[in-house]
Amino acid sequence: MDCQLDVFFLEAIINGLLLAGLLALLALGLNLIFGVIDVVWICYAELVMVGMYGMNYAYKGGVPFVLAAVFAILLVAFSGALLHFLVIRPVLDTPPINQLLVTGGVLFLLQAAATMAFGIEFKNLGIRLGSFNFADMSFSWARILAFLVALAGALALWLFLSRTFIGTAIRAISQDRQIMPLMGVDSRRLYLITSAIGGGLAGLAAVLMVLQYDIYPQIGLQFGPLIFMICVLGGLGNMIGGFIAAFIISQFIAVGSSCFHTEWGYAVAFLFFMVAIFIRPQGLFGSKS
Amino acid sequence: MSPLLRPMSLVGLAAVALLPVLIHAILPGSEKYYLHLGVQILLWSFIYTSWALMGRFGLTSLGHGAFTGIGAYATVLLWNYGGITPWIGIPVGIVVATIVGVLVGYPCFRFRIAGHYFALLTLALTEFVRLCIVGLRDYTGGSLGTQPARAGDGISLIAAQFEPNRTLAFYIAFALWVLGLYVWLKVDASMDRYALDAASQDEDASASVGINVTRERLKITALSAAMCALGGAVFAQYQMYIAPDTIAGLGISLNMVFAAIAGGIWVLLGPTVGAVFTQVLAEGLRVVIQGSATMKSIFGASALALDQLIYGLLLVLFIIYMPNGILGTAQAWWQRRRGRGSS
Repeated sequence: MDCQLDVFFLEAIINGLLLAGLLALLALGLNLIFGVIDVVWICYAELVMVGMYGMNYAYKGGVPFVLAAVFAILLVAFSGALLHFLVIRPVLDTPPINQLLVTGGVLFLLQAAATMAFGIEFKNLGIRLGSFNFADMSFSWARILAFLVALAGALALWLFLSRTFIGTAIRAISQDRQIMPLMGVDSRRLYLITSAIGGGLAGLAAVLMVLQYDIYPQIGLQFGPLIFMICVLGGLGNMIGGFIAAFIISQFIAVGSSCFHTEWGYAVAFLFFMVAIFIRPQGLFGSKS
Repeated sequence: MSPLLRPMSLVGLAAVALLPVLIHAILPGSEKYYLHLGVQILLWSFIYTSWALMGRFGLTSLGHGAFTGIGAYATVLLWNYGGITPWIGIPVGIVVATIVGVLVGYPCFRFRIAGHYFALLTLALTEFVRLCIVGLRDYTGGSLGTQPARAGDGISLIAAQFEPNRTLAFYIAFALWVLGLYVWLKVDASMDRYALDAASQDEDASASVGINVTRERLKITALSAAMCALGGAVFAQYQMYIAPDTIAGLGISLNMVFAAIAGGIWVLLGPTVGAVFTQVLAEGLRVVIQGSATMKSIFGASALALDQLIYGLLLVLFIIYMPNGILGTAQAWWQRRRGRGSS
């Protein structure tokens, strides 16, 4: 147990903070979908994978980084809308657990499709942003960038939801699914738009992740459970809660990983999650419904 | 009289029990392979049936990969590091899995964590157990897995090892499968089943007529977890190799849920049909692709993922169009047909 309160410990904490930004962004899209449409996309992390592959091939095909990023975001946004249209819409009126399971089928489908199309090798964009050194501590620019963009993305979503007409309609329908259609709101269209936005956020996360992580078909299994945990811990559908939960979980992972083996950081995070849900079933920041 | 002892059921059971003889007579060349397929199907049928035992009451757990993992690893680790025979190791695994199931189940049912939340919480349990297995890599071999130490030539009573004798393995798996069906029927005939049915329809109403919902749910969870641990342990003894990917973890949990749903969780043989369906699909595709040069040249090494692709696609279609599963849908269709004929 070489865990001391030294500069490396501080480094771990700050790195955890930077990871939190990315996780919060990932959780944001899922939370939006859950809050508005009341479904859980188990395959959410696989959509992120789609974006990562899209980014990878666009960039290696000679598309400039920024354009490739736009392409990846649009690709995932389109995938999200397609997922809703083809898979979620037919089961929207069946028991909620069916909606969760049906996207589980999509999880297998996307993973297998990626394996067949792109192989199981780890792929890397080959961009090195270097790192920022300060007082014996080192932080990679990729992480700092991810953190800042994640904050900007969350802010943009908030502005969209609170300042635009469609955003207001989305917030309204998330409050009462039955009444809004009676007010002349086309809920099917709003759900489709929400799915596209949720997908777009996953795409944005994918763009940031290719800078830090290798791409492989199973990457979703590495991040998926973490994202669900953060959403539930923050209270499903509660975006601010999701942000705070992301910070808590990432501290467990970062500090746990620096003191022990990586798995123990994750294991403690999952244990904490289970205990926290037993104490507050509606999530740390969820309201009792 | 137990429904398993009715003439029709006895004929069915005898037919399955005679399969090794049949395989021996018709396919002497590839006897080992077909027996292996049979063992796999029966073992997974048992595990899927155990899952469906609670899954059919609206308790969709994504945590059963943890229970099979606990059963398998407890048995193998006790044998490898303590020299403790699986005859003790397996019960220890079952007890540990049951305790874990109750520890996680109690707060869930007490605080009414259901639906999405229950699924995601049990998903966390699966991940936690998998991470512990990987984290204890000095003992468990981490994600690469480990093997039980072989006793002699691989067949041993004290070590409960039977893998080289496929016929024996088949009958052990067969016995487990029958046990699974027996427990299902026992539950089906009990008062608990009505209580659980009622609770899954309306928790408040059933509590108001005096059903102790938490207790009923805990009972079925403990039973289901114990059976999954047993299944996992026997699977380890048969495969003689365990790894998080093959017996614990999210993939296994999801497979359990999906195979059971594909077969039909509301009918006795539904999970069994699910196991047959998934195993035959995977093996069939593998044989077709390996056997055909054109398929091989089209898909190459990625062909291994083709069965998963088709599997995923079928799951989506099943849940949308056939939520009652293959057997459930077939049964409903048969009853409708018969109803029309008699009227």
